[in-house]
Amino acid sequence: MKLTLEIWRQKDANDKGHFETYELDNVRSHMSFLEMLDVLNQELIEKGEEPVAFDHDCREAICGTCGFVINGVAHGHMKRNTVCQLHMRTFNDGDHLVLEPWRAKAFPLVRDLIVDRSAFERIQRAGGYISARTGSAPDANSILIPKEQAEAALDFAECIGCGACVASCPNGAAMLFVGARIAHLGFLPQGQPERVERAKAMVAAMEQEGFGACTNYTSCEATCPKGVSIVGIAKMNKDYFNAKLFSGGNLGGKE
Amino acid sequence: MKLEAKIPSGPLADKWTDYKAHTALVSPANKRKHTILIVGTGLAGGGAAAALGELGYKVKAFCYQDSARRAHSIAAQGGINAAKNYQNDGDTVFRLFYDTIKGGDFRAREANTYRLAEISNEIIDQCVAQGVPFGREYSGYLANRTFGGAQVSRTFYARGETGQQLLLGAYNSLNAQVNAGNVDVFERTEMLDLIVIDGVARGIVVRDMVSGEVSSHFGDAVLLCTGGYSNVFFLSTSAKGCNGSALWRAYKRGAAFANPSFTQIHPTAIPQSGDFQSKLTLMSESLRNDGRVWVPKKAGDDRPPNDIPEDERDYYLERIYPSFGNMVPRDVASRNAKNVCDEGRGIGPTKRGVYLDFAVAIERLGVDVIKDRYGNLFEMYEMINDEDPYETPMMIYPAPHYTMGGLWVDYDLMSNMPGLFVLGEANFSDHGANRLGASALMQGLADGFFVIPNTLGQYIAKGKHPDVDPNCDEVRKVEQDAKDFNQKLLDIKGSKTVDYFHRAMGMIMLDKCGMARSKEGLNEAIEKIGKLKEEFWADVKVPGTGESLNQELEKAGRVADYFDLAILMCLDAREREESCGGHFREEHKTEEGEARRDDENFCHVAVWEWMGEDQAPQAHKEELEFEYVELTQRSYK
Repeated sequence: MKLTLEIWRQKDANDKGHFETYELDNVRSHMSFLEMLDVLNQELIEKGEEPVAFDHDCREAICGTCGFVINGVAHGHMKRNTVCQLHMRTFNDGDHLVLEPWRAKAFPLVRDLIVDRSAFERIQRAGGYISARTGSAPDANSILIPKEQAEAALDFAECIGCGACVASCPNGAAMLFVGARIAHLGFLPQGQPERVERAKAMVAAMEQEGFGACTNYTSCEATCPKGVSIVGIAKMNKDYFNAKLFSGGNLGGKE
Repeated sequence: MKLEAKIPSGPLADKWTDYKAHTALVSPANKRKHTILIVGTGLAGGGAAAALGELGYKVKAFCYQDSARRAHSIAAQGGINAAKNYQNDGDTVFRLFYDTIKGGDFRAREANTYRLAEISNEIIDQCVAQGVPFGREYSGYLANRTFGGAQVSRTFYARGETGQQLLLGAYNSLNAQVNAGNVDVFERTEMLDLIVIDGVARGIVVRDMVSGEVSSHFGDAVLLCTGGYSNVFFLSTSAKGCNGSALWRAYKRGAAFANPSFTQIHPTAIPQSGDFQSKLTLMSESLRNDGRVWVPKKAGDDRPPNDIPEDERDYYLERIYPSFGNMVPRDVASRNAKNVCDEGRGIGPTKRGVYLDFAVAIERLGVDVIKDRYGNLFEMYEMINDEDPYETPMMIYPAPHYTMGGLWVDYDLMSNMPGLFVLGEANFSDHGANRLGASALMQGLADGFFVIPNTLGQYIAKGKHPDVDPNCDEVRKVEQDAKDFNQKLLDIKGSKTVDYFHRAMGMIMLDKCGMARSKEGLNEAIEKIGKLKEEFWADVKVPGTGESLNQELEKAGRVADYFDLAILMCLDAREREESCGGHFREEHKTEEGEARRDDENFCHVAVWEWMGEDQAPQAHKEELEFEYVELTQRSYK
């Protein structure tokens, strides 16, 4: 299989960046997309050029490290997938593919297809957890959780933090990511005591990082490799609303 | 070299409680005066950072990933063991301990393994408190599944992504401590070397992987929680970035390496599909709960699996091991898969594969139950292989997965070097020559959340820990060494890529130091890898500079270390003239082809000491004493 790849090249955050075009022969159908890029990089190195920098690690669609945009779609055209598990058999001989990094104000570019997602770290540190001091937990079966509820929590906990939701959103919003954590912990009895504070803290951190607002495009849900539902956003809004209404704050209209 | 395991006296079941009751403590007000450096943020490192932060230590945690949440613990699928006996099926702490010791073919320390089993129950409590959404019954109680090497159901799970959920639990706890100001996390930061002053570990040299800046951090203890080194085989189930360099560079500074050749080849990975393959993907061992392993009885039978009638199939694990059947430990399952393929009965395009068949389970339980248990694994399989495992049996083949070997540690998890602690897969202590499924997560969390918070205090309380002068000669030298090492790689400007060398070494290792080993083969491997190493240092091509993000330079440094580590693995495998667990020497097998241990001569931990470049390492021994279990020939028949 032969491919034409148009790839975003940018040395660092200060560089202007540009597209570079590469022709690649001998692409095998059983390769993953990243293995195809490995082959390209080997060729570039052998020719004395700099390889394309891209983030990746587990290559099993679970660590959330990899991700870029292929022909305008985050993680490419296959649903519920990451680029590491996207296989070349789903492409055609002669395809022309444009590869770009996640583009969002809150994700500054590092190099080529790599962006800085540390904004996600700061949001999670603001309150995306249950404070459970080691050693203080009761017997695990003393907290009964209906199966459906545990499964719903897990559906949201599956978020891999890749950032595709932000990259897909015309507003560069991180609400699916934040909503996923809030819904995961909010579905569990253990998560209730800090539920209100969690929503307030995470939403405040999210806004501070410069992520956009949600206007219900739902492209985040469509490209999420784990199929996280926008119900998480509704849960987040509800918790945030309750936080503002019932914990002495206001809705932001007046000081 | 002095190897004191420092195992507390007294009955096995009381050792850990007694230890905790008598260990020296650091007062809460003093803990914040002590900086602890933690390398790696998986279950062991992330858990340790969170737990030590809670105690009030000043913690600095480092990871090469762009987030602590991406450490490779995240990819563990099947589950985590605990001796809760929620199933009323006869489980106890002793039974979990015994299964783990037996599973490891009697090459682990009794006291460490017993402590692991004892802590297992606290781990499950802690994880649930953190919000880990484990699988549950309709009644709301926790559910369990069975894993290899056990006849009880003691494995807790969250679909096929237990590692992800446990790591997020630890990561959330870590974040709470970052928010509280007790922990600083340094992402995209790789450890290049260990700073040792007067024989004591006092700091690390790191490289900022974005700017390329090399700098030093100092502390009163260094915890290496950097996982395993299966990537020495190039193709493994590890993440691409997983590496053995932190361990190797600590070894070169004086830390002892224990049982380096003890590696686990996991039986159920997706077979290799071609020459460009970059890694192997695991299919969880939990699948063997409901999947049946088979190959055609006839060699060279090319019919599609569903066309092969029942009486022409060989369910070889059920046939050879009737009492454990498909649930034999990993080393046994892997070796048998290799054997049937060597007989020409392998399946798939490469003939290096066996079937894992769910037809009977689907008929008995229905598609929905199977989907509920393994849905995401089946999806992943279909994504990679373009075949629906609900309709056609999966194809699987063993793949390098886990390294039981690692840096030597005592009961406190401290290496032979004062101040250097090693946790999780990076140490050698709990799994002997073979690790049972669902035990890696258990050990990572045990070491991080429950062991180190109780053992570190002893070291901190009893030492002086004067401040390190950042400009002293020792620090300057190690920093310069680290910079020179990278510059040397950049200056070679040869003709072959790093991956070329890594792949070539991996093939030698898999062939000669993999599922079956022989003296002759190991000698050949040592020679070939030595030559390849020379070629690497003369002809590798690392583009770019050290002063910016440079993924090829990162890889080159790791592969440079793998050459030396690979040779040490081969030496260790050659020295151990017996078969045990995952270490199978062709010369030492029973008439039925099972591993033949030699307890008289090899009931010890092989411990290696670095003696300098181009010098043979020195071999030491820690004799293993078994007071509570009887050394028997492992049988799963």
